[in-house]
Amino acid sequence: MVEFFTTTNLGIALLILGQCLLVLLPLLAALAFLMYGDRKVWAAVQMRKGPNVVGVFGLLQSFADLLKYVVKEVVVPAGADKFVFYLAPMITFVMAVIAWAAIPWNDGWVISDLNVAILYIFAISSLEVYGVIMGGWASNSKYPFLGALRSAAQMISYEVSIGLIIIGVIISSGSMNFGDIVAAQDGRFGIFSWYWIPHFPMVVLFFVSALAETNRPPFDLPEAESELVAGYQVEYSSTPFLLFMIGELMAIVLMCALITLMFFGGWLSPIPGLPDGIFWMILKMGFFFFIFAMVKAITPRYRYDQLMRIGWKVFLPLSLAWVVLVAFFAQFGAFGGAYARWAIGG
Amino acid sequence: MTVADYAFYLFAILLVASGLFTVVARNPVHSVLWLILTFLSASGLFVLLGAEFVAMLLIIVYVGAVMVLFLFVVMMLDVDFAQLRGGMAKFMPFALLIGIVVLMQLSIAFGDWTAADGSQALRAAVTPDLTEVHNTAALGQLMYDDFLLLFQLAGLILLTAMIGAIVLTLRHNPNVKRQNVMAQMHRDPAKAMELKDVKSGQGL
Amino acid sequence: MTSVDFSIVLPEFLLAVYALAALLFAVYTGKDKTAGLISWLTAAVFVVLAILIGSRSTGAQSAFNGMFVDDAFARFAKVGILLAGAAVLAMSQDYLKKHDMLKFELPIIVALSTIGMMVMVSAGDLMALYMGLELMSLALYVLASFRRDSTRSSEAGLKYFVLGSLSSGLLLYGASLTYGFAGTTNFAGILSVVKDGAPLGVLFGLVFMITGMAFKVSAVPFHMWTPDVYEGAPTPVTAFFATAPKLAAMALFARVLHDAFGGISSDWSQVVALIAVASMFLGAIAGIGQKDIKRLMAYSSISHMGFALIGVASGTVGGVQAALIYMAIYIVMNIGTFAFIMTMERDGQPVTEIKALNSYWKVSPTKSLAVLFLMFSMAGVPPMVGFFGKLAVLQAAVEANMTWLATAGVVASVIGAFYYLRVVYYMFFGSDVEPLDDTKGGVANIAVLVVGLIMLVGIINLFGVDTLALTAAEALVR
Repeated sequence: MVEFFTTTNLGIALLILGQCLLVLLPLLAALAFLMYGDRKVWAAVQMRKGPNVVGVFGLLQSFADLLKYVVKEVVVPAGADKFVFYLAPMITFVMAVIAWAAIPWNDGWVISDLNVAILYIFAISSLEVYGVIMGGWASNSKYPFLGALRSAAQMISYEVSIGLIIIGVIISSGSMNFGDIVAAQDGRFGIFSWYWIPHFPMVVLFFVSALAETNRPPFDLPEAESELVAGYQVEYSSTPFLLFMIGELMAIVLMCALITLMFFGGWLSPIPGLPDGIFWMILKMGFFFFIFAMVKAITPRYRYDQLMRIGWKVFLPLSLAWVVLVAFFAQFGAFGGAYARWAIGG
Repeated sequence: MTVADYAFYLFAILLVASGLFTVVARNPVHSVLWLILTFLSASGLFVLLGAEFVAMLLIIVYVGAVMVLFLFVVMMLDVDFAQLRGGMAKFMPFALLIGIVVLMQLSIAFGDWTAADGSQALRAAVTPDLTEVHNTAALGQLMYDDFLLLFQLAGLILLTAMIGAIVLTLRHNPNVKRQNVMAQMHRDPAKAMELKDVKSGQGL
Repeated sequence: MTSVDFSIVLPEFLLAVYALAALLFAVYTGKDKTAGLISWLTAAVFVVLAILIGSRSTGAQSAFNGMFVDDAFARFAKVGILLAGAAVLAMSQDYLKKHDMLKFELPIIVALSTIGMMVMVSAGDLMALYMGLELMSLALYVLASFRRDSTRSSEAGLKYFVLGSLSSGLLLYGASLTYGFAGTTNFAGILSVVKDGAPLGVLFGLVFMITGMAFKVSAVPFHMWTPDVYEGAPTPVTAFFATAPKLAAMALFARVLHDAFGGISSDWSQVVALIAVASMFLGAIAGIGQKDIKRLMAYSSISHMGFALIGVASGTVGGVQAALIYMAIYIVMNIGTFAFIMTMERDGQPVTEIKALNSYWKVSPTKSLAVLFLMFSMAGVPPMVGFFGKLAVLQAAVEANMTWLATAGVVASVIGAFYYLRVVYYMFFGSDVEPLDDTKGGVANIAVLVVGLIMLVGIINLFGVDTLALTAAEALVR
């Protein structure tokens, strides 16, 4: 039986498929409740009740929404480029999903243990912009197009600083594999061995860049309902719209996973002595999702020129300087080698 | 055939087909989208070759940034492609003629296309031993140690391009009001505002 | 990657550091107010580097795994490039200031393109060659459209860019074919592979590379861009185009052919000879109908490149020496001529019509005389310096058993003499028109007179250029 799954082509394919389902199904189910949590947090900050009708405490609200979206009519605007119009939400969704192939949940619990996993994630997240820009263009309508242009510029701008921050972590850990990066953070001091201390300023920068990259408030200018109605999503309805929503939410959860893996020790236990495990990973991701939700609730939206200014004139120079600094620290083993904990080779 | 073989044919066919569609697509935006697919297929081929680092860079740099800007420009430009194509139809026979002549010249000596003796050895001499070094590390060693001069020159080329773009396009408009963030943040309410106690019914 | 490597590329390194420092300085201080200062500073740095390079007397050294070669040939070309760049920068100041083009970026772009040229002539590898070539070209594209509000200047830049990219593409295609069939991009490696006959793929690669390089020296049939770019670009930029990059491209031409393909000179010398003949004749004949002196100079330079290519085509030490002498003389003549074109103006506006020179001798007899010397020298009339340049290449062709080439050269030079002499005719015997202004002072005016004098004084011993060129040629042709 074991041989069937490890040697034959069909067996390997089935095994991979099984692994994918094992990751995807819980993830999609969790998304429904994350969506609900997001809205609850938001409501709580504004002293509202939030969703509370469908199911106990409104827990089934997301499923009701899902049903509503799916059974609605798909409206395609006249003059839209039909093929691209349908392609766009699919790209958003697929890109958000396939990124999870390289995210480990526990030591070795990963569908594809890539050498360049971190670059893979970065590449996929840089592809997500296409869903937005294609959707905006294919709608053949002014607001979506403006939203798409904004969004493309915004995502590219913040990708640059995300990339540079990632380089800092790569230098510190000497590897682009998440397993190695987490292993490099495994130290005697538990939570204090993780990269968030040596890389502290970058944690903040990464978090903010992640907000911008995923078009979350306060950087949700592509949607900007006050000026652009809903940006690139204006013309979308029904399932395509749902795909956009799921894709976006999944990208946000992905960013939570990235922060957790790169700066907060992934599945490592914060207190020395306690066992490591997937439990910690999920807990940390949940914590960061909570922060994402809080940010959405408590910050006003940025103006577009301010967003660009921060991206290019503040974040880019800072993260660039940080890469240089980390390179020096790592080369000369500064701070007891905190910046050069190469898990492999070196 | 193994899975890798299937994958190779899949990527190779996709690469060639999408390259073709890039050229023949009527809508320029579709052309760019096909070109993106071309890049993705190419990076798939790189992965099959075991050069995953290059594959990822191809996606990040070309697909993730360069092509987005391409798409940006193509979407915003209002070029009448029918008109351009009209010109193309005029010169097509001539272009075809040249293409055929060059192709014939190249193929006349088809049987004689052999690499020089010792070229394989020379080619292999540059590459670090991949059994000992990880391919990303090998690439780094080549770029930053062996080809340092070229790397720096490439930097100068990019700098020149940047200076050139600025020189040719930047116009200083004295009438633009710019936001001074620092000044804004350090505004003192006490100086900017005056509080008046207005008695009701009397006004100022 | 040792300090030895860096000491070999020291001049290029210093120039790059200077360019960066100057850029930062200008941006953070007075911007365009510092333009004059930076121009002079750049010219001074060029001269200092030329002295630094010229005083080196070590044999051939290579750095960065053979990417970069420093030998007598490279040093000769570099000194020429740097001095030409310095001269052009110095004499352009007044013109730029007068016509409101004095921006601090101009000398910095010139410096960057000069780094590219220095790398080109020192290239020991196809990749280094390409990097140098692109650095030079990219800077030149920008320079061509430097007067961005003028449609002609923008057109010149765009034309140059599009055609230049095409030629770069051809060169790259050739380089990749060469790499594919020779297995290496290193010149020494290619030489060792092709020493007993080059495989066909390498030959195809060589032909494509010759195409790309012929474009850069504006040799026929890849010359189409030259007249338009020369005419459209601002005159100081044209002066720069006509001097330093031409020398660099010609030196690169010679270096690739001899360093990488020296063993198979019989394979390429016919190709180069044909290009040379075509360039000489087209330049000489097409120049006749020109009414604009900058266009005339474009055809003149096409023709001159043909002559220099004769030296390269002969494939001998004498040939390379002759080509170098020819290029040195060509550069000096062009500096003088363009200095004169920069002083041509009527009511403060620049004029480039040839007809406007009518009766110029009444305006300024001394300058007219200097231009007379220059034009005679360009035409190759003895006893001016230009004659010795032509003599050298023709001799080299004869010695290499290419008498037909030498004959063609003589015929072409006779045809070409017509339009140079026509300029002189207009100046001394032309009918009266509204005269040009009599500009006085300024580096450009001095340059005209000095170069005019050089055309005459130089015949004594060519200022020793021939012996230097011989050393350089011996370093290249082994």
